[in-house]
Amino acid sequence: MSTTALVGNGPRPTIVLVGHGMVGQRFLEALAERGLTATHRVVVLCEEPRPAYDRVALTSYFSGKTPEDLSMTDMQFIADHGIELYVGDPAETIDREARKVTARSGLVVDYDVLVLATGSYPFVPPVPNKDAEGCFVYRTIEDLLAIEEYAKSRATTGAVVGGGLLGLEAAGALKGLGLNAHIVEFAPRLMPVQVDEGGGAALLRTIADMGLSVHTGVGTQEIVVGEDGAVTGMKLSDGSELAADMVVFSAGVRPRDQLARESGLTVGERGGISVDEQCRTVNDPHVFAIGECALASDGRVYGLVAPGYEQAETAAATIAADEASFTGADLSTKLKLLGVDVASFGDAHGTTEDCLDVVYSDSRAGLYKKLVIGRDGTLLGGILVGDAEAYGTLRAFTGSVPPVSPESLVLPAGSGESVQLGPSALPDEAIICSCHNVSKGTIRGAVTDHQCTTVPEVKKCTKAGTGCGSCVKVLGQLVTAELEASGVEVDKGLCGCFSQTREELYEIVLALRINTYQDLLDRYGRDGAKGGDGCEVCKPTVGSIIASLAPTIGASNYVLEGEQAALQDSNDHFLANLQKNGSYSVVPRIPGGEITPEGLIVIGEIARDFGLYTKITGGQRIDMFGARVEQLPLIWARLVDAGFESGHAYGKALRTVKSCVGQTWCRYGVQDSVRMAIDLELRYRGLRSPHKLKSAVSGCARECAEAQSKDFGIIATSNGWNLYVGGNGGATPRHADLLAQDLTDAELIKLIDRFLMFYIRTADRLERTSTWLERIPGGLDHVRDVVVEDSLGICEELESLMADHVSHYRDEWATTINDPEKLSRFVSFVNAPDTPDPVVGFVPERDQIKPDLPLLSIGMRPSENPADVLEGSAQR
Amino acid sequence: MTLAPETTDLKVQLRLADSWFTVCDLTVLLPGRGVAALLPDGHQVALFRDRAGTLYAIDNRDPFNGAAVLSRGLIGSHQGRPFVASPLLKQRFDLASGQCLDDESVRIATYEVRTS
Repeated sequence: MSTTALVGNGPRPTIVLVGHGMVGQRFLEALAERGLTATHRVVVLCEEPRPAYDRVALTSYFSGKTPEDLSMTDMQFIADHGIELYVGDPAETIDREARKVTARSGLVVDYDVLVLATGSYPFVPPVPNKDAEGCFVYRTIEDLLAIEEYAKSRATTGAVVGGGLLGLEAAGALKGLGLNAHIVEFAPRLMPVQVDEGGGAALLRTIADMGLSVHTGVGTQEIVVGEDGAVTGMKLSDGSELAADMVVFSAGVRPRDQLARESGLTVGERGGISVDEQCRTVNDPHVFAIGECALASDGRVYGLVAPGYEQAETAAATIAADEASFTGADLSTKLKLLGVDVASFGDAHGTTEDCLDVVYSDSRAGLYKKLVIGRDGTLLGGILVGDAEAYGTLRAFTGSVPPVSPESLVLPAGSGESVQLGPSALPDEAIICSCHNVSKGTIRGAVTDHQCTTVPEVKKCTKAGTGCGSCVKVLGQLVTAELEASGVEVDKGLCGCFSQTREELYEIVLALRINTYQDLLDRYGRDGAKGGDGCEVCKPTVGSIIASLAPTIGASNYVLEGEQAALQDSNDHFLANLQKNGSYSVVPRIPGGEITPEGLIVIGEIARDFGLYTKITGGQRIDMFGARVEQLPLIWARLVDAGFESGHAYGKALRTVKSCVGQTWCRYGVQDSVRMAIDLELRYRGLRSPHKLKSAVSGCARECAEAQSKDFGIIATSNGWNLYVGGNGGATPRHADLLAQDLTDAELIKLIDRFLMFYIRTADRLERTSTWLERIPGGLDHVRDVVVEDSLGICEELESLMADHVSHYRDEWATTINDPEKLSRFVSFVNAPDTPDPVVGFVPERDQIKPDLPLLSIGMRPSENPADVLEGSAQR
Repeated sequence: MTLAPETTDLKVQLRLADSWFTVCDLTVLLPGRGVAALLPDGHQVALFRDRAGTLYAIDNRDPFNGAAVLSRGLIGSHQGRPFVASPLLKQRFDLASGQCLDDESVRIATYEVRTS
């Protein structure tokens, strides 16, 4: 290996990175991509106790993300590239003469190249008592942990100093922690850097409606403390006083340039380490500075992550002796603050000479949109508050004359003047992904030259859409447009038999009350497929749609009835799970994982009597393996007799609702999670859906039931229930997103009814809720609009469909064991109903059984003479 | 040893080397689904009836895994050819020729089948 050889040949040149934040991590990745980690020793000194994490998403900690979720550091990456990462050990001094860095621990590292990525520190105005107990800043995960602890134990009211981006996030976090939250902003409006007066007014109204108290145009004069030295309030510049148990300073940040100053590097008047276009310090060719600590060659300190990334790339390229430069960056941002879209791009404040504004404002709806236009019609910039849908397109048009009139771009849809300007109108050089600086031309090239046909492929190929993600929607439109333009027919049809998507078939079935597969195929199938047998893709899909809607469309709600039996996947047809040797496993429903000793004994006796292998499942129930098809009815007769019913482990249907033991027993529990899990499992049992559905209910935030890895997960709060959706374990784990908070029992059930029915209605075949949420246009926000705000006006219908399902449910195993005709299908051989399949055999393993696989390869049991078995039955 | 109940006159028969082997009543076959039958020599046959009423018979053994399960697969048509998809890993087999549609090197036995 060449890397080993290099080590053996003597010391490699050393790159020392000071600071391991988002930009620092990006720099390491850029080094690795350029092969520099193989040729150089790379040492990282990180002050914080944890490696790089997503500081932009810091606030999501309060909506349930753990510090681990926020991590951006793959330790495997660090290890694979031999990077020496010292966490919790900041650089303390730099000796530029000797090219040595000394860390707090006493570690001394010689460097050939030193890269400073020390970021920034929160600015705390020099007011009396600013360091009192109960005063906090909002910058690191440790800050958040401290805020959370104090808020929970000692505070009911909190004040945030600063009404900028971070201040609003901090205020939202305090409110989320149950505090009365105040925002104190010195400027006359909120987010003074990003938005103008009109935008600030729209924002103020929306924020105030959320129950946050906003005080603009006032400064903080003093923090008031009580006898114990802890915060009791603050004095404001207008003479008023505000009572508060804690204060969070979020009044902007300053570059952390102390280390550079002390080592004699030039810093700007208002801070920031002066660097040139290659991000090299102006004094020392061996030292670079990137990110928020750097004063770029255009005289600005960039506090956004995208320019920081660009600087990281520039520094890495320069170290690799490649050409690169950073001459300034676009300050465009699109954010979702407390649920409000806020975007600003280009010359948002209209500082260009002779520029004009086009403004649409509706403060009642919390909407404000402003475009800044040059004399010649060039789009120079703009501000969007309340609806930033057009951000991707508008930003890309910045610097050019849009092909339609500017006012049509800001008027609301449906006003007659509004124009949906598609990304196809953009020039090739328009930047679509500003995080990674990817142009429309590059994205088109990914489709035309690199044969990418899906958004995930294009993301992988170009990196577009892998930063903040705000351009993914535009990306999707571009990919589709490009595929269509290049003659690739994008057939969205379900299969060779239907040109419709699953969603379209669902709508047809529901609207026209079509209740047989053959009717649907003959009327709506592709020309060549009409009148045929369909295929293994559309039959179970349509079978599932019919089953989901059965009571409403007048179909039987028993999946083995009539034609429906022929549509079911093999597992559903036998109401059991086929295993590799042709035997089945059996899973009775154990709602919420709660089971009596008598129930356990029954299951144990059945497993023992039929010689089944037993295993506890991940869904808190018991799986019995090794049943032959003809044994299934006998096993189920006993299970049904003991009060068990189908667990639908074989179906694309609700599987289990796991629970922790909850308030009843647990000293931490705040709600009865077991009761809720049982209620939910009994409510949704038997519900056929595009894919399996899993759920869990946790009785407190400790989340022992792992609800955030479920399709719908519920976590108890002291005020009710938080509902999370779209979680998944498996090959592509995804943490669920918070859909709604502090729900009552009734609100929770209503919302789940709507959510599940909306998913069943719109998902693709075999699409779990996690991929569905990622795919559907608008994502979680759209789903929330539909199921919480009822933006499509369909909630009543969704609820009524679910009510139909719930009231018509019946256990399909109980139905089956009482139906002699259906029972006759449960045989291995139609001509020898009592004869077991001779290749289903078992051998011992750890005191139980396992499939006899050699038997499968032989194809028959050699020890028996089948002619004897068939004696008398063969009618020749 | 019990026999399948006989309710109609029409029987499904398979052609073996020198004779026709009666398997079951035609009415037992659900259109769109299959059943398995055991032959005197120990082999297993999967029998299917499609929507149009045509009968097919192929070896019941999934050659990719060895389990005797093809009779439990879903049937369909692909470019006008009838097929069954294995319930294990979904490989499709042409019901008339036994050819695997997803691996051209694999073909399974077929049987002549009739009603009488």
